Amino acid sequence: MSEAADLPLWAALLVSALVLVGAGLTLIGSYGLLRLERFYDRIHAPTLGSSWGTGGILVASMLLFSVLQTRPVLHEILIALFVTVTTPVTLMLLARAALYRDRTEGNADVPPMLSKDVPPTQNP
Amino acid sequence: MRRWLPYPLLTLSLTVMWVLLHRPSLGHVLLGGAIAVAATWALARLQPDKPRLRNWLAMPQLLGIVLYDIIRSNIAVAGIILQGGRARRTSGFIVIPLELSNRTGLSVLAVIVTATPGTAWVEFDPAHGRLLLHVFDLVDEAAWQALIKHRYERLLLEIFE
Amino acid sequence: MSATILNWSITIAQIMLGMAMLCTIFRLAGGPRAQDRVLGLDTLYVNAMLLLLTFGMRSGSTLYFEAALVISLLGFVATVALAKFLMRGEVIE
Repeated sequence: MSEAADLPLWAALLVSALVLVGAGLTLIGSYGLLRLERFYDRIHAPTLGSSWGTGGILVASMLLFSVLQTRPVLHEILIALFVTVTTPVTLMLLARAALYRDRTEGNADVPPMLSKDVPPTQNP
Repeated sequence: MRRWLPYPLLTLSLTVMWVLLHRPSLGHVLLGGAIAVAATWALARLQPDKPRLRNWLAMPQLLGIVLYDIIRSNIAVAGIILQGGRARRTSGFIVIPLELSNRTGLSVLAVIVTATPGTAWVEFDPAHGRLLLHVFDLVDEAAWQALIKHRYERLLLEIFE
Repeated sequence: MSATILNWSITIAQIMLGMAMLCTIFRLAGGPRAQDRVLGLDTLYVNAMLLLLTFGMRSGSTLYFEAALVISLLGFVATVALAKFLMRGEVIE
């Protein structure tokens, strides 16, 4: 961290706060993933890390590099955009896969299919 | 104009993305612009149905609402996780009837619902327009239905239909 | 002064992210079902990406940024393929 010596104090404090908040939210989300008891509850926990956990660390990184290089360094926006677009896809696919598996096994406490025309057990 | 630039907004955002990945210079703007135009021609060959934006003014309003809700539900969900098993909490599935049928609008709604901690999009039935959600802290089913319908779906209907 | 503050906070953040990765590894190893393991793997990818970003901030080099982008891309593709496999038992129908 040799080049960080000429960083102004306000930037250092702001970057530190954002990094700590982001990492803390990610840790809480992962802890929830470990501690919660049912799969459908667990699927909510990682969203903490992928929404403001990622957001905090990305904004901190953008701020740090922009101040250090005295020009706007904004390529972290790409990661933010990518994570925002892909997280819903993965979580939705996982939730649907889990629901499908629970229905084919006939587990209790899962809702029936929305379109009642095809019973779930007759799916290929 | 339509033939050369089928998707002007997409071309612009691809060029901006290219310049962001490199050091901003005139050469990169030209190269990124050329690549973006070629990419939109390739996309036009796939013939996706073009989303129509009816109401531009509602978009910043929706963005503000969503960012505020994400912060609020982050705090709420983090609190529930940190309390552990002591707080009695029920989670469950709810079914919400939707009027929104535009595919772009539905995908934006899916991103909003999933990006907000505490709600997860599980299944959608396009034939009847019904959405199955899983809610982390299900206190009042009607309140969640009202939240999705009035807070998000109303604005999405204004923007896309 | 500001270098000390930054150094300490990034170190603490890296420790927290490491603990978060440990939590997801326990979920990945412990299951109990396949979908829990896939969810653990997906979260592990996101946490690894964030850890790489903090390494980039510590070293002051933007090289780590590209590694983080590649990791998040790989994580997305892996999770989608695994979820598809869970749903149908095959990846490409």
